[in-house]
Order: sequence, then structure tokens, then C-alpha cells
Amino acid sequence: MSTITTPTITAPAPLPTKKSRPVAEFLSTYVFSKDHKVIGLQFLFSTLLWFLIGGLLALAVRWQIAWPWSDVPVLGKLFAQQGGQMSPEFYTMLFTMHATVMIFLVIIPILAGAFGNFLIPLMIGADDMAFPTLNMLSYWFMWPAFIAFGASFFVEGGAASGGWTSYPPLSTNVASSPGSGWGQTLWLLGLTFVGVSSMLGSVNYMTTIILMRAPGMTMFRLPMTIWAMFITAVLQAFALPVLTAAGFMQLADRMFNTGFFSPEGLVVNNLSSGPGGGQPLLWQHLFWFYSHPAVYIMILPAMGMVSDILTTFARKPLFGYRPMVYSVAGIAGLGFIVWGHHMFMSGMNPALGITFMVSTMMIALPSAVKTFNWLGTVWGGKIQFTTSMLFALSFVSMFIIGGLSGIFMAATPVDIFIHDTYFIVAHFHYVLFAGTAMGVWSAIYYWFPKMFGRTMNEFWGKVHFFLTFIFLNGTFFTMHILGAVGFPRRLADAYHYETFRHLQPMNEFMTWCAIGMVATQVIFAANFIYSMFWGPVAGRNPWNANTLEWSAPSPPGHGNFDFQPVVHRGPYEYSVPGMAKDHLMQTDPPNAVAAAAAMAAH
Amino acid sequence: MGKRLAGMFWALLFLAVPVLGVAVFAIAPSINVWLPKDVSEHGASIDSLFYFILALTGVVFIATEVLLFWFMWKYDAAKNTGPATYIHGSHTLEVVWTIIPAATLLFLAIYQMNAWADVKMRRPQMQPTVEVVARQFEWRLRYPGRDGMLGTPDDLHLVNDLHLPIDEDILVQLKSMDVLHSFFLPHVRIKQDAVPGMKIPVWFKATETGAFDIVCAELCGWGHYKMKGRVTFVTRPEFENWLERKYAEQEATQPSLDTVTVN
Repeated sequence: MSTITTPTITAPAPLPTKKSRPVAEFLSTYVFSKDHKVIGLQFLFSTLLWFLIGGLLALAVRWQIAWPWSDVPVLGKLFAQQGGQMSPEFYTMLFTMHATVMIFLVIIPILAGAFGNFLIPLMIGADDMAFPTLNMLSYWFMWPAFIAFGASFFVEGGAASGGWTSYPPLSTNVASSPGSGWGQTLWLLGLTFVGVSSMLGSVNYMTTIILMRAPGMTMFRLPMTIWAMFITAVLQAFALPVLTAAGFMQLADRMFNTGFFSPEGLVVNNLSSGPGGGQPLLWQHLFWFYSHPAVYIMILPAMGMVSDILTTFARKPLFGYRPMVYSVAGIAGLGFIVWGHHMFMSGMNPALGITFMVSTMMIALPSAVKTFNWLGTVWGGKIQFTTSMLFALSFVSMFIIGGLSGIFMAATPVDIFIHDTYFIVAHFHYVLFAGTAMGVWSAIYYWFPKMFGRTMNEFWGKVHFFLTFIFLNGTFFTMHILGAVGFPRRLADAYHYETFRHLQPMNEFMTWCAIGMVATQVIFAANFIYSMFWGPVAGRNPWNANTLEWSAPSPPGHGNFDFQPVVHRGPYEYSVPGMAKDHLMQTDPPNAVAAAAAMAAH
Repeated sequence: MGKRLAGMFWALLFLAVPVLGVAVFAIAPSINVWLPKDVSEHGASIDSLFYFILALTGVVFIATEVLLFWFMWKYDAAKNTGPATYIHGSHTLEVVWTIIPAATLLFLAIYQMNAWADVKMRRPQMQPTVEVVARQFEWRLRYPGRDGMLGTPDDLHLVNDLHLPIDEDILVQLKSMDVLHSFFLPHVRIKQDAVPGMKIPVWFKATETGAFDIVCAELCGWGHYKMKGRVTFVTRPEFENWLERKYAEQEATQPSLDTVTVN
């Protein structure tokens, strides 16, 4: 960028440039930036806003379950329904869009988009991503998706209401449900754009991690965060095309009656689905072929980040680094052959159910190995109970619950009873909210100083943690026993069933907890915004951590490092015996004492 | 001192997870928030597998959560004055905690197969007792008429009110007219999606009389929540009486059998 000290020979020309330059500069720095850190923060802010929207949608769902057909306070005004009472079709739209927003606009982009972008170049010692323009596009392709999903609430019939899984014929036959009209079309468009964004990111992450590591940064010196991001990117690259293709097939079914997913002669509400020749189960296979790996896309990066944060605050090397890497790879590999466990009750060949049960049971193994290694990492440490560490520890504690409850559903005979009940709702909320979201909070508190050069308030951070932890368990743990009664998910009102009549008080309790959980996030938002501007200034390495990003300035300028980082060791050399300080950064020069200790430890 | 207390507080908070977790599962059956009464022959095998997995995962849950608590309690930096243990892992431990869960999980998978095959694969060789056709938002039932054959003009047509005899094999032929539905009988431990274009057999044997809910368990549109039916299990003679009565009612209201659509 040139300065304004140009000689005054050409008098009239510079005036407009002078005027427009600040705008152009602002746009290229903060809006259409190609700097991975700015893009990461753009993803972070956008996804946190959608997190709020998704949370409010969840509250509206919870309100209906606790007090069916009663007037919804505050939010009721937005429904434009008479008296603020929600209609059953509105309820089906709420849970559809809650899941859609949380999965496609929050969890996937916050992990890969926000943290992947921000952390990958910094943690491998690169000055930026391999393809900065592609990276910028990966963020801006989210906007058509934001607009499509956002606008779908306001079209005739409302947003998609066929569940986030969008099973045909409900989603393909326009007459089958109010949300199956324009809402569903916009949903499919939005999904396609999210896919394009993910794919652009995925290509970039793989290339960057393979080609742009700093000197000395071998693959087995990468922090777990980067390993997880790398394998997530591979999963995205292989699974996403299937979803994109399936999405286009569904779009074609809706618009041109292609009938990929409709059997012959299907008529719903007097509307024919065309000549047919297709199969509703085909969509389920294609959808889950992507969406099961996507479950791991939604947890692996959090696992990686938590692994790094646990070592920092336990002041200990990661227990079993290589087994940790192999188990991430194992989850990714097995993740491609377990999709059928979503379809045990679907009418799929029951013999196939048996093979999917075996592969599903086996995928619990790498998760178990990871859990044991996290416990091993905490064991014998010197634990610092920072907010970030508390969230990381709760990730482990909650992931144990989410992992174990999965075994019930993997067992096909037991699944007959608990399939599509609140048991599965409990399971995936323990994995995705109590797991991933807690991991994300841990990561936000941990990397906030690197993002903004200031630390978040620890006291209010702990209040935020404590209340979130209590309320989330109050909301989600009870869902297990609702599931044991067989309480079905996605019912606007289940209390007219004799079997479920007595469960209303319990649902009321859970809704109060959910309200508390969302309200608690005000503390987080206030802490976040206040600390961004007025928090205590953090140095380069406020946590005395080892990985490369902590040797860069906080926040790092364009190009990240003010020196050429050279890596001399793995990322987890904490508490090396004989050393004066308890951490040895990856960039610290070779050290005889440390080398001897490392030899002795092997 | 304050730091030590804080550490103890956080450790105890994490101890609350297994303590309250187990408490919830212990109290739930006594307040009747638990598996509904099972009135089927095969249900016992499903329930016992549920309890088996509950016990197994319960042990792992308690063990790992208590370990986590104990490590937080003991290795708090405010309490642990010694240096942190400098260790990168243990080959032996990795092998142990890979092989034991692997064997357990594989055993669990194999152990389930027989129960699954009973409910979903070993279909009794018989004519369907009844055809259940799901549609938005009701269960249409069709019993074979006096000729014992489905799809003939003398079939008995009913909606939502399913009656079945106890102590004998029942074979339901499940279909859907429009979108996906799921035929869920919580008390019979049966669930099967109804898929347009497919005829899916569902079989079971009821062991007790009584009336129970039929729930739709697959999202089928705005009225999904109200797609409710009832199944009434009666003895064989009562079943035949009921069938006879319903048949007479149908004939009284439907003079010409030829108008019944055969599907």
C-alpha cells in the first residue's frame, strides 16, 4: 500500500482516490479480507449470531413441549399467529429449522470455518492459507445460505418443516406439508451453498496443512487440533459430493417430477408425485452417507482442540499422542461404513442392519481410546482450573455420556424401542451441545487472547461455565429417561397418548432448564464484547503454552509471524524434568536437558 | 487456600455427574418414568438387552467419571506441590484399553443378533392377520374377510381401532399411502417405518389383554402428533366376536361390496 506522499504534479486525479481509499481499505481489510484470521473471525461472529437464533428456536420448541398450545411469551409476537399460540405446522418448522441452523450454520462453520481458519496457519507456522481468495469465497458463499435459510421463514407456507433430514416424500411432494413448498426449495439451495463453502474450505485446509508447514514441523509434530482439522477436511471432501448430488436430485424431484425418490403412483393430498420409479429409501442412504461422516465433522475438531487445551492446563504432555492420531483416523475411516444405523427401522434389509450394527459398535472403540487418553493426560498433572480448562474437562465428562448412550441405539434390538424417541435426542445433544459446544466455548476462552490481544474475564467465565453445565444437564440428562418411556420426538403434543400423559411435569422442568441455559449466554455475550475492547491486555503467550501460535504477536498482524518459526519438537513438552520453566515451546531452540529427558522418557 | 477450595468445588461439581446420573436412573422406575409395561413375547429379550447395556455402560460411566473427579481432586495445581508427571503415554495401557473395549463391543454386537433376527428376520410363514396402511394422519386397517384372504371384496375396513388376538403369531402387512410413517407400539416393543411403495411385514405375539397406544414415530407432516391409534389385545373367541360384529356393521352401512376399492 502506497502512502499519500505522491508529488503534486497531477492535481485533479488523486481527489477521488483519496476519498475512496479508506472505504476500499476498510472493505479489503475487514469485509472482503483474504487474511485467514479475519475470515476466521467473520465465521465466528456470523456463527455465534446464528447460535443465538438456533437457541431461540429451541426455546420455542421446548415451550410447546412443556405447555402445548399455550400462548408463547415474547417470541409469540413474531409468529403472526392469533393470540401467540403456535400451530402444529409451525412446531414442525421450528424443530426442522432449529436443527438446520445449529448443524449447517453453527457447528460445522464454527469448527472448520472459524477455528480451522484462524488456527491452521498459526499452528503450523504459515503466513496464511494456501489459497487466500478461495478462503475468502468460502466465507462469502455462506451468505447465500444465510439468506436462503433466513428468507425461508417469510415465504408462503413458512420454512422447511420436513425435519433436518428432509425425508421424501414429505419433502419432495409439495402438497404433503405447508413447509414443503418454497421453504423446502430454499432449504435445498441453502444447503448447497453451505456445501460449496465447506468444500472450498476443505480443499484449502488440506493443501495448507500438507504444503505449508514451517521448517521442522513434521506431520507427527502437529498439534491434535491440526490433525483433527486435517482429517475433518478429508471427510468433507469425500462425503460432501454425495450430499450435493442428493440435494440436486431432490430439487429435480420437486421441480421436474424426476421421481428419484418417489415410487410409482404416489399421490399425497391429491397431488401426484409424477410417474415415480424411485425409492424413498434411496434418499436416506445418500443423505446419511454424508450426514454420518458429518457427525464426526461436528465433533473431531472439538476433540482436537480439547486435547490441546487439556495438556496446556494440566501442564503435561498429551497421553498417547500417536494412538490419539490413529483413533481420529479410525473414526474417520469407520465413519463411512456406519450410515445405515440411522436406518435400522426404515425398511432397509434387516440383514444389512446386522452389518451396520457391527461397524457401529466398532466405531465406539476409537472414541473410547480417546477418552482413556484424555483421562491419562489429566492424571498426574498440575491442573489449572481456568474457564477454558473447565469447559475442556466438561467436554470429556459429557462426551462419556454421549458416547455411552450411543451404544443403546447401535444395538439393533434395543433400537427398535428407543429409535426416534427422546433417547436419541438426549444422545446427540450430549455429543453436539454438551460435547462440541462446550469444546467451542473452551476454545473461545483459550484462543480469545490470540484473536483480540485481550483475555476474557475469568470470574464471569466461570459463572458462565457453572450455570451452563448445570442447566444443560438438567435439560438433556432427563431426556434419557423420557426416551426409556418411549416418548417420541417431533410431536407437537404427545400428552393425548395414555402412555405419555404423565410426562408433562418433567418436560416443564426441562424447559425451565433450557430457558436458564439460553439466558446464561447473556453473561457470555457480555463478557465476550466487553473483553474484546476493555479486557486485560494479553502478551504473546498468556497460558504458557507450547504450540506455534503462542509465539506470534497477539493479535498477529497480516502474515502472522514477525520471525521465521522453526520447529524443534512436538507440541506437548510440558514439565520436562530438569528445566527451569514448565513448558518448552515448539520454537524454543534445541536444549540438551530437554533432549536427555525426552530420551529417558521413551 | 481460596484456590484449593475452588479446585475442590470444581472437582465435586464433576463428581455430581455420576452421582446424580445414577440417582436419576435409580429413581425413574419408582416414579413410573420408565419402560412401559411389556405385553409381547419378544419384548423381554429386548428389555433384558436394554438392562444389560445399561449395566455395562453404567459401570464404564461411573468408573470414568469418578476417575475424572479423582484426578481433578488430587492433581489440582493448588494442591499438587510436586512436578507434573512427564510421560508421553504407555504402550501397555493403550493395548489394554483397546483390546478390552474392542472385545466387549464385538461381543455386544454378536450377542444382539439373535434378538434382532427374531423380531425382524425370522418371519412366520402365514397369511397376514391384518394390513395396516398408514396415511396422513390415520391408520387404515384391513382384515381379511370370511375367505381369509386380503385384497378380496369382502375385506373388513376400519380406521385406528386395531384388535388382535393374544397368544398367537400376528403378521401385520405394513404399507403407506403417502409419506413415511412409523408403526410404533411401545408396549409391544415394535417399531417399523411404513414406506410408500413397499409392503413390510411386522410380526409379534401379544401375551396380555388390554388396550394400548399406536404411535406414529416418523415425522409425517403437520398432524404427525395426532396420528394416534389403539391396539386392543383380546382372547381368540373375543376377537372373533369383535370381528363378526364389525363385519356386520360394515355390511349394514355398505350395501354393495363391489364399491370397495381393492388396492
